[in-house]
Amino acid sequence: MARAARVYRRPGRLTLLLGILVGWLVLYAVLKGTDTISLAPSDVTSLHTRLNDLNTSVGDNRNSNPFFLYFINEIQVGATHFITFLQNLLSQPSGTRPVPVVGWLGVVVIMTVIAGRFGNWRVAVLAAAGFLFLGLQGLWQPSMDTLALTIAAVVICVLIGIPLGVLVAQYRGFERVITPVLDLMQTMPTFVYLLPLTLLFLIGPATGVIAMVIYAMPPVIRLTAHGLQAVSTETVEAGRSLGSTRPQQLAKIMLPMARRTIIIGVNQTIMAALSMVTIAALVAAPGLGQTVLQALESQDVGTAFNAGLAIVVLAVVLDRVTTAASERARATDHARTRLRADPRWRRGADLVALIVTAVAVYLSYTYQLFAAFPDHLAIGGTRLGLDLGTHIESWTSSATSWAQRDLGSITGPIKNGVTYHALNPLQNLLDSSPWWLTFIAIVATAFVLGGRWAALIAATCLGLVVGTGLWQDSMDTLAATLIATVVVVVLGVMFGVWMGRNARADWGIRPFLDALQVMPAFVYLVPFVALFGATRFTGIVAAVLYAAPVAIKIVADGIRGVPAETVEAAGSSGCSTWQVITKVQLPMSVRSLALATNQGLIYVLAMVVVAGLVGGGALGFDVVAGFSQSSLFGKGLAAGAAIVLLGIALDRVTQSAARRAGGHVSHRAT
Amino acid sequence: MSVRTGSARGRLLAAVVAVTGLALAACGGAKVGGGGGGGGGGSTASAVAAGSSGSTTTTKCGTVTLADNPWIGYEADVAVVSYVLRTDLHCNVQIKHLTEQVSWQGFSTGQVDAILENWGHQDLAKQYISNNHVAVDLGSDGLTGVIGWFVPPWMVQKYPDITNWKNLNKYASLFKTSESGGKGQLLDGDPSYVTNDAALVKNLHLNYKVVQGGSETALIQSFRAAQQNKKPLLAYFYSPQWFLNEVHLVKVNLPKYTPGCDAVAAKVACDYPAYHLNKVVAASFAKSGSPAFTLIKNWKWSNQQQNTVSKMLAVDKLSDDAAAKKWISSNKSVVDGWLKGT
Repeated sequence: MARAARVYRRPGRLTLLLGILVGWLVLYAVLKGTDTISLAPSDVTSLHTRLNDLNTSVGDNRNSNPFFLYFINEIQVGATHFITFLQNLLSQPSGTRPVPVVGWLGVVVIMTVIAGRFGNWRVAVLAAAGFLFLGLQGLWQPSMDTLALTIAAVVICVLIGIPLGVLVAQYRGFERVITPVLDLMQTMPTFVYLLPLTLLFLIGPATGVIAMVIYAMPPVIRLTAHGLQAVSTETVEAGRSLGSTRPQQLAKIMLPMARRTIIIGVNQTIMAALSMVTIAALVAAPGLGQTVLQALESQDVGTAFNAGLAIVVLAVVLDRVTTAASERARATDHARTRLRADPRWRRGADLVALIVTAVAVYLSYTYQLFAAFPDHLAIGGTRLGLDLGTHIESWTSSATSWAQRDLGSITGPIKNGVTYHALNPLQNLLDSSPWWLTFIAIVATAFVLGGRWAALIAATCLGLVVGTGLWQDSMDTLAATLIATVVVVVLGVMFGVWMGRNARADWGIRPFLDALQVMPAFVYLVPFVALFGATRFTGIVAAVLYAAPVAIKIVADGIRGVPAETVEAAGSSGCSTWQVITKVQLPMSVRSLALATNQGLIYVLAMVVVAGLVGGGALGFDVVAGFSQSSLFGKGLAAGAAIVLLGIALDRVTQSAARRAGGHVSHRAT
Repeated sequence: MSVRTGSARGRLLAAVVAVTGLALAACGGAKVGGGGGGGGGGSTASAVAAGSSGSTTTTKCGTVTLADNPWIGYEADVAVVSYVLRTDLHCNVQIKHLTEQVSWQGFSTGQVDAILENWGHQDLAKQYISNNHVAVDLGSDGLTGVIGWFVPPWMVQKYPDITNWKNLNKYASLFKTSESGGKGQLLDGDPSYVTNDAALVKNLHLNYKVVQGGSETALIQSFRAAQQNKKPLLAYFYSPQWFLNEVHLVKVNLPKYTPGCDAVAAKVACDYPAYHLNKVVAASFAKSGSPAFTLIKNWKWSNQQQNTVSKMLAVDKLSDDAAAKKWISSNKSVVDGWLKGT
């Protein structure tokens, strides 16, 4: 029955969509070029001018206005002090010393001891090897700057996030208020909040850390709340019957029991913070992000890759250590008695670790050799080179120049083919139709796909986009986003089906997907700029690579979720493999497909705007220009708002569509 | 219950390990200046303190923060100045990679002590020097700057009248690319550079579209490829720039610059002015009495000298320090002039 209903409804929806497209094309042919709300790159609207004036007046009154004097500036100064303190400790010359307080040996040993004490010996070895590798890459100092920023951001996230998580767990009303805020914090392209943050906090490491905090805080809040809510009511009841007060329960029972989930939240917060370091470099935050950004400027693929690799190493070490710590927390929950068996042995080990750490820190504090990572060692007469970075850089560079030289004949035509036959036509349709026509067409599409609410949200967001004065730029960004998303979904289905059906393929491909996801987005841009020049196509390719792993993983999970009996039944009833995929597995994981599309869109949008740095144009460029040209500040701010509005519209429409698709799945399942 | 306290104690101990490690380091702060650092340094281990002890000028100069803007000429400025600051005056030099306008903002936050090569920016000068008094103009750095639209030399041979802006529309179709939407492409560099290009295209009614290349490197690579393969290219470029010695780009003449013709950014319809590049420093730095300030005040060099160092960096791929060292070794008298009074 349900299947019949689906077969009946789907053509209906498709016909409607086709109808919208045909109507749009016909009207476009007649009306193109009229009512386009175009705005030349050098022009600004009165809204943008007002925002410029706001910028100037904030600049003039920063040190007299009480709001800034007693609130904003306090935050800025406090954050700066905190970061400077960490930098003096780890990365920058401190006081009269030409080197930081703790040198490389101290940091390596401290990290190893922490990993061993809270995780296990395997992650301790990984931590030691990983941090030594950073030194061998010749990137010790920028890596430590990045570590200092990350520590600062994570500490602030934990200090604010765990109490908020407790509140969320305790008060339903608070949860309802904060959930949409957290959603927005996570879906908004991170690129967007840099400009408003510089208005308040100016450029510098403080702003970088605040941006990292905004992006990285949601996981720790969510998982703290989740962990507390998962504590069984019986446990809480038991505590209450023993007469403990609410704060006592929280501190003595609930928080310890939720410890493992909270550590997972911290883990995700660390990962999110690290993924922001390149973006934070745009507001002059120090560290590896700076190295990547400068490599982008000089189109130096080797340097960018080396620095990107260092970020991956940091991410892997911090991820594995915190994961091991959360597993350890679970293990101790399950088997406290076992641990108790040998407390004396443990205490002895801790004491040894303490002494070793103290000695290492002292050595690294005192001796140049252990303070600044050496690029070679001279033992007797032999010179031992410790410089791996130069090799990594030259390998990558020669690989790229090979690609540039020998693939040049392919890359040009691919770029031109996609640009002339897909991107330009779609962009023209979106931005050269009268704005009201595009508006109606998009809202109608949203209605067909997602229903009344989706249409209403789309209409509201697009209406506000018109208000930003950047309609054409928004439509150009939308065109690039849509093209990239189509490719992402196609890749998601292809690889997702393969991985979902074949465990060995999954095992082989997944590590690459993980690596692609950890590598900071900017690093992708560099080789593609080398291959395709500073064009919109470069942005699309980078966006595809950035978004595809997520989509592939979601589809693979969906395919794997189809009950094996169903697949076997279809196979035994004579369906070919192709039929099993198209008639059984894909339709039954339609919800995953919709979710993959949704996530793909969000990721693609985030990357397409970053590509404004390398010829992507449109809204992304408006934001970049806003950073660096004060006369375009207001326009950049408005472009940021337009990006957020586009993001909300795309997210809500695809989520509604996914929910509808999900409804079918659950209907059929029952 | 006792189990829990046992494991808590263990954790406490571990925390102590880490904290003691850090505290030990922090407490030791008094030692560094004290000299030498105890313990016999082996032949491979030299004491940290030795790096900073010795000359008293270390404390006198302190830390200087230089803004480094994203073009090679500026990097050459920073390479040479920071080398002299570090080796002759024993300053701690921090280099901040920032865009032009953001560097100015750094004066008010204490993030930036000096900009070595400022291109105009009268609005910022008004805001930060005249109104907020956080920055001071230190006068010319000896460089003269030119900004304009350039074409590769082969185009001038083939289309001699292309250097007159009035003929640009005639040739617009030559410059079409996948990015220019059916118009001619005018390639721009880093979005932070001083530019009126978008306004110029509009106000001179040119059938062109400004396309962002994103960086100086993108411009140089495009020009090099255009000259090699005889491909048309019209792009934003500037002098001083070592690349002009490699490929003799030709400037397109825009309507003549007259004072004030560029007063309103969106209304500009004239060429860029000749820029007398200058140095700007933070007011606090100017008052500090640091020898670094005296050096930056004295520092001055020519387009030719800058190009020499730029080429070492960009073409010979020397590191900043190696290039600075090489240039200084053959220009000792110039550097001695800069060091006067420090």
